[in-house]
Amino acid sequence: MALIVVDVMPKAEILDPQGKAVSRALARLGHEAVGDVRVGKRFELRIDGDVTDALLEQVRTVADEVLANTVIEDVVGVHVVDEAEVGK
Amino acid sequence: MKVGVITFPGTLDDRDAQRAVRLAGHEPVALWHGEHDLHGVDALVLPGGFSYGDYLRCGAIAALSPIMTEVVDAANRGMPVLGICNGFQMLAEAHLLPGGLVRNETGLFVRRDQRLRVERTDTAWTNRFDEGQEIVIPLKNGEGRFVATPEEVERLEGEGLVAFRYLGENPNGSIDDIAGLSNAAGNVVGLMPHPEHAVELGFGPTTTRMKAGLDGLEIFKSALEAVAA
Repeated sequence: MALIVVDVMPKAEILDPQGKAVSRALARLGHEAVGDVRVGKRFELRIDGDVTDALLEQVRTVADEVLANTVIEDVVGVHVVDEAEVGK
Repeated sequence: MKVGVITFPGTLDDRDAQRAVRLAGHEPVALWHGEHDLHGVDALVLPGGFSYGDYLRCGAIAALSPIMTEVVDAANRGMPVLGICNGFQMLAEAHLLPGGLVRNETGLFVRRDQRLRVERTDTAWTNRFDEGQEIVIPLKNGEGRFVATPEEVERLEGEGLVAFRYLGENPNGSIDDIAGLSNAAGNVVGLMPHPEHAVELGFGPTTTRMKAGLDGLEIFKSALEAVAA
């Protein structure tokens, strides 16, 4: 068993009000070293069989067409997490 | 004339849209997201609400519903299709309209009677207006900010695809004050404000008299004339 992890972020040129609110809260708490914050999404896809190149390619397509809307977001990472690390 | 109004899980304004169709003088047909059947309707309305709780992205999961296969086919064949608020978000997610809709610049949900300028009048849903006409339609959304790449904005402005623009203060930070868009053929229109809430005296936005605004009704009448023609 494995996990495929897909990370999606709002496009850099699109204002992220969620990130801005977090950034303002951190500043209020005195974390002066933290500048801008952007909030994205992490998808964990549990794979029952082996992760083949073909499957990974399929997931990349799903990431671009469903998990992200590439008009407003970018898929910034698609990676496999090993069985041993699942649940850690 | 039959106008289908599609209900998705989490749709709120389907009954209001059906009522608007009725007040425009035609027959509303309730359609269900899980079917592959448009029941022989002549036009379609994708109503507002929070389909699938806005999970993933607003309108994203609804855009993958069974019935959307038929909606996309019908739209490509020229059937009038109107997307209101969450319905507009679905049309963008289904790539029937360009760009995307994201959280309002202020982060706030905005509810107000919104002044709009009608920019394009040769669409199935705006042909009863004069170009440049000012109308008032209620607006209520948290994720209504239209965004697209600069190249895409240049293209859709150049091709005159903007159907409605916000007048006065921009409520959500939409690029170029864009409130509604059309496809090139003009049969598909999406807008964030809610025309179905401006169709009956005593229940509409406040214009010259309290709750007297009826501008939304013209949008529902437009489509029916487009079908008749």
